[in-house]
Amino acid sequence: MSRFIIRRLIWTIPVILFISIVTFLLVHAVPGGPFDTEKPRPAEIQANLMKHYGLDQPLWKQYTDYMGFTRNPSGDYAGILQWDFGPSITQRSRTVNEIFAAHLPVSATLGVAALLIAVGVGVPLGIIAALKQNSAWDYLSMALAIVGVSVPSIVIGPILILVFALTLGWLPVAGWGSFKHILMPSLALGLSSSAIIARLTRASMLQVIREDYIRTARAKGLSEKVVIVRHALKNAFIPVATVLGPMFAALVTGTFVIEQIFAIPGLGKYFISSITNRDYSVVMGTTLLYALFLVASNLFVDVTYAFLDPRIQFE
Amino acid sequence: MTKQESAARALASGRADAQGLNSENQQKVTNLWQDAIYRLTRNRAAVLGLILIVLLVLMSAFAHVVAPMHFTAGDAALNNAVPLWLTKVMPGHMETYTQISDIYPLGADYLGRDLLSRVIYGTRVSLPVGFVGALTALLIGLIYGSVSGYYGGKVDNIMMRIVDIMYAFPTMLLIILLMAFFKTSFGGNQEPGTAAYTFNQINRAVDGLLGLQGGGMLFIFMGIGVTAWMGIARLARGQILSLKEKEFVEASHMIGARDLRIIVRHILPNIMGPILVAITLNIPTYITTEVFLSFIGLGVDPPTPSWGSMISDGSRAIRSYPNQVLFPSIALAITMFSFNFLGDGLRDALDPRMKGTS
Repeated sequence: MSRFIIRRLIWTIPVILFISIVTFLLVHAVPGGPFDTEKPRPAEIQANLMKHYGLDQPLWKQYTDYMGFTRNPSGDYAGILQWDFGPSITQRSRTVNEIFAAHLPVSATLGVAALLIAVGVGVPLGIIAALKQNSAWDYLSMALAIVGVSVPSIVIGPILILVFALTLGWLPVAGWGSFKHILMPSLALGLSSSAIIARLTRASMLQVIREDYIRTARAKGLSEKVVIVRHALKNAFIPVATVLGPMFAALVTGTFVIEQIFAIPGLGKYFISSITNRDYSVVMGTTLLYALFLVASNLFVDVTYAFLDPRIQFE
Repeated sequence: MTKQESAARALASGRADAQGLNSENQQKVTNLWQDAIYRLTRNRAAVLGLILIVLLVLMSAFAHVVAPMHFTAGDAALNNAVPLWLTKVMPGHMETYTQISDIYPLGADYLGRDLLSRVIYGTRVSLPVGFVGALTALLIGLIYGSVSGYYGGKVDNIMMRIVDIMYAFPTMLLIILLMAFFKTSFGGNQEPGTAAYTFNQINRAVDGLLGLQGGGMLFIFMGIGVTAWMGIARLARGQILSLKEKEFVEASHMIGARDLRIIVRHILPNIMGPILVAITLNIPTYITTEVFLSFIGLGVDPPTPSWGSMISDGSRAIRSYPNQVLFPSIALAITMFSFNFLGDGLRDALDPRMKGTS
């Protein structure tokens, strides 16, 4: 088990290296720079600015400085290795770490709330559908699921606003700050995922309740509740767990659109504007952060298998 | 279909006992695909999905006939105008602050262009994105996965590690970065003779072919194509790994068939079912990706009408003119429903054991 985790951890090194190189090259391949303005600056000032941010260095040196492998022009090791995402180029007074500290919690809160909705709605719906297979409950929840799968967050968002904010007036149209503000965006974000989870839970539950060990559990006289919760659900949850990792990552990155619709000051909105402004360090930092996050959540999912199903052995 | 025919089909697909039919002289030989098509046509949701897709395709092909106006046409003086019927069904009191004009069946956008026409022309963006995404995924994914699965060993190991690395990329971020790169490097006006110029020209040709103006569709195809194939590659590899040990593959090896022939003639037909299902169910993902991109301003360029950019414009005016966000949203939802219904139906038809699962 620990050997498996260590091997997976070592594998993340080339993955992150590759992602950082590709992102770095892509970001720098985009024509134009962060200091291109409508009115050209004097060449000396431009050169000084470039020098200050190390943009006058050769590209490979900029990369190794950024990653913290080599000393930067001011003679320090300050890069990703040191958990220093560097200064923001267009926002003079802020570092990327500060930007993350200010905006990431917002996106993360939204992502967690959406995941809670996805699991909280999806799992019970899937269980009910499976336990009462081919009943009205089953058809109703699967019909709901196909609606959820088909209607993307970009559509659910405006419709929720139309219904709950504009027609009924229960919730604020947009903004951020209170519990009421979180409800609609996280619903918009989480509903499609809850539909995926509902269908998956139903499918794996249907498979599991036909297994011998469930019959054994029933035969030895356990109550139906214990059979379902302790024996069936635990195993039925394995395929669901596999999608949770990538799903959470998708939810957090999927906030891009939702943050725009609901005017939420999250990292996604910041990322988009950084691309237009050629704020290299913010774009690089955000991509790397999300990639790290994706790798970590996949690893976490792989490890949780072992706890859910002891039969799974790590080679 | 006559009762006899359907009885024969039921027999052939091994459901005779269930229906209590046993007339052997009517037995007809049906292959997997005929059987699947039969089952598909019995699935009402799938048929509805298929009909809607055909209608959408026709609508996009004949958008210039179906739409009341061209997507750039409009009267700037009538910006945000709404027809009378909308003021009665929409929340709020639109009639108190906006112009009423029945020229536009669904209202006009902020530049006074007909919303209905733009929604109709929007199919020329969304459907090609869905189909080209599917085609790229099929071509690259299938070839990549087949090679990896068939040759196995070191080749497989390296090829699948590459897919693993690609998977670790936050897909949406990668596509956004690619789009920013494509649009700034190849878009606009380029110097003749450079590679960027060639790309630029191909892009214009693609836009022209789709009947759009300056949409930058090629870049969207490229951005989505780069990330679309990985899932299919993994699926194809897995299927082939389990198939290549089968006797019929061994038998063709014995009689001296070449690798390419074995893959194309013997293995691929056997794995096309699950791949077709996966691809159909992936089409909505490609379509939403484009909608997301256009929403954040990195998708198609104006004045090309994308549902994404229309939802973006509309959601900015959602308090005053909710119709502007509602109709493109409905169009998108209908498209997504159609492909999901068809995909689900295909899966049930090709593998009845999977019926009702995930």
